[in-house]
Amino acid sequence: MFVPLAETAPTVDPSTSGGVFSLLWVIIALPALGATVILLLGNTRTSRWAHLLGCATVLGSFAISVVAFVALLGRAEEDRQIGQKVYDWVDAGSFHVDFGLLYDPLSALFLLLITGVGSLIHIYSVGYMAHDVRRARFFAYLNLFVASMLTLVLADNYLVVFLGWEGVGLASYLLIGFWQYKPSAAVAAKKAFVVNRVGDIGMALGTMLTFATFGTLTFAGVSAAADRASDTTLTVLGLLFLLAACGKSAQVPLQSWLLDAMEGPTPVSALIHAATMVTAGVYLVVRSNFIFDYTEVAQTAVVIVGAVTLLWGAIIGCAKDDIKKVLAGSTMSQIGYMMLAAGLGPAGYAFAIFHLLTHGFFKADMFLGAGSVMHAMDDDVDMRHYGGLTKMLPVTFLTFAIGYLAIIGIPPFAGFWSKDKIIEVAFEQNLVVGLAALLGAGVTAFYMTRLMLMTFLGKKRWEDGVHPHESPKVMTVPLMVLAALSAVGGLLLLNDWITDWLAPVVGAEPHVAPEIPAIVLTLIIIAVVLVGVAIAWLTVGRSDVPRTAPARVSVFTRAARADLYGDAINEGLFMRPGDRFVNGLVTFDDHAVDGFVDGTGSAFGGMSGTFRRVQTGFVRSYALSVLGGALVVVLALLAVNLA
Amino acid sequence: MSATPFLVLSAILFTIGCVGVLTRRNAIVVFMCVELMLNASNLALVTFSRVNGNLDGQVAAFFVMVVAAAEVVVGLAIIMTIFRTRRSASVDDASLLKY
Repeated sequence: MFVPLAETAPTVDPSTSGGVFSLLWVIIALPALGATVILLLGNTRTSRWAHLLGCATVLGSFAISVVAFVALLGRAEEDRQIGQKVYDWVDAGSFHVDFGLLYDPLSALFLLLITGVGSLIHIYSVGYMAHDVRRARFFAYLNLFVASMLTLVLADNYLVVFLGWEGVGLASYLLIGFWQYKPSAAVAAKKAFVVNRVGDIGMALGTMLTFATFGTLTFAGVSAAADRASDTTLTVLGLLFLLAACGKSAQVPLQSWLLDAMEGPTPVSALIHAATMVTAGVYLVVRSNFIFDYTEVAQTAVVIVGAVTLLWGAIIGCAKDDIKKVLAGSTMSQIGYMMLAAGLGPAGYAFAIFHLLTHGFFKADMFLGAGSVMHAMDDDVDMRHYGGLTKMLPVTFLTFAIGYLAIIGIPPFAGFWSKDKIIEVAFEQNLVVGLAALLGAGVTAFYMTRLMLMTFLGKKRWEDGVHPHESPKVMTVPLMVLAALSAVGGLLLLNDWITDWLAPVVGAEPHVAPEIPAIVLTLIIIAVVLVGVAIAWLTVGRSDVPRTAPARVSVFTRAARADLYGDAINEGLFMRPGDRFVNGLVTFDDHAVDGFVDGTGSAFGGMSGTFRRVQTGFVRSYALSVLGGALVVVLALLAVNLA
Repeated sequence: MSATPFLVLSAILFTIGCVGVLTRRNAIVVFMCVELMLNASNLALVTFSRVNGNLDGQVAAFFVMVVAAAEVVVGLAIIMTIFRTRRSASVDDASLLKY
């Protein structure tokens, strides 16, 4: 096994505090209030001001988060864990759970990401959804989504995490299926919900096992007692939480819902992929570092899931013509990087979170950019109908280009710093994992370049009657902000700030000198990325892009177009056998169970049909029966008395 | 005085009545045979009363007589009604109440 185990994981030991920290619950309460007000008053009564309320609540949360973050910065390192008990939630015998909040460096970063990027997506949605009659309802769901995610990352115990976890699942269902009159959207929403339920089984069982093992659900209690639990228990816990993370974060084998989730409005995709939902799995693994640090098996499983997913998503992204699906495949792939880093233990946790933040910036930027392109192209998502958009959509193009440079990892954009660090750590731990991560970087460069070339460059391949126009300010300003963040997000790594900042939560590992010098590795990564870009240029950029997808393509392209047969695998492994099993049960019920019951009934029916013939209607035959009966009784009495 | 002859007579009378009930078709004859069986059992009851030296058996015999009298009233009325409607007193003819 290649993952070095930490001697001890850091413990969670929050202290209560006043000042801005007493307002922690307001961060959750504001968007929750927004959702409640809009949903209770209804769409028509609130349609004039719901979008304003929706943006205001999230911006309010963002403001409090920033103030709290600044206050936390001012504190000593060992004093940066703040607990707040909101109220007694469950109090039944020995089972006691508080609705408690934990504010520490990890939650602080998540709060900034969720409320910050969330606010920008809210503002963007004002313009994007302007012509939708149900915009108020849309904002209520967005607020609900943000409130659930904030609950998830502020919770101080697993049950409150579970509450947020399920809230996120519900909100994603409502938003993916927002245009539920489209059958494809309704099906996609159901699919996301069902696949997430599979992961939720892991979350629920993990929570129960935690309580059974430690007698408490708080992070503080579990982290203090984790080193005393048995290895098997910790491994099972780790694997259960990994299953949960796979469901929420769309990791193999529970990845299939993410691509279909593109049926939702584009701001929803941005929210799911950048600020909320898919980051929850990574958060859970990093937050449960005190469990994963003691179990090599679970850590290895996390690394394998991450490595497989980062290639899986990247390969899918190479073959899709739907701009949103390329980005969705890319999200899977990038979350795979984060999982991989999180599985590498204390050496990787901080970089997982770092990549999560930078990814939040550039992925939100590109999704909103894609929404802007779709807006211009009459909601057409096929990149083969784009081309030549640089002049028409200058702001969208420039902001998208910055996101593009960030995701493929061109210095000095944000993605370069975070991905470089993850690949570096991966190489330190294991050559195969490192090579997978490196290959993933090359493939990422290929499909993102392909996306850029097909969308913005080349010749015009527009549908008839499409007149592209730049989006309104309310949509482009969030794009600019996100592009700026994508450009400078790497500053978080300055002086190892992010590793030091997260050290109290996830522990820090003394840096070992890698076998390959870091600068050489960085140059190799950049070379691989440039090769990916070059291949994309040679295959897509040089020649004209056909307006319909070529049918005669290689086996690999066909597999990638079919999402690497993820749905077929699910169908073959689970759906069909499950169908057969259920059909078997139905047959058993119809024949065996019903047969027994019906057989009993008809047996008695047949017997009575036979025996009623005894009633002939002849008095004298009755008299004979009576005589016979009397004789039997007399003989029996005699036999008993004489014996 | 031995009780045996009385009991033998009682058994003979009972058997005659029993065979009569099973073999005869005329309702009046069947009816009389039933009476014969009742009186045979009365004879046995009175005999045992004498043997045991108490009155229990005789009291039971009176009860049987009373019940038999009541039965005659009801039974004869039924037989009369059946004869009036069917012009026959055969018990085998009245066999409609069956399965």
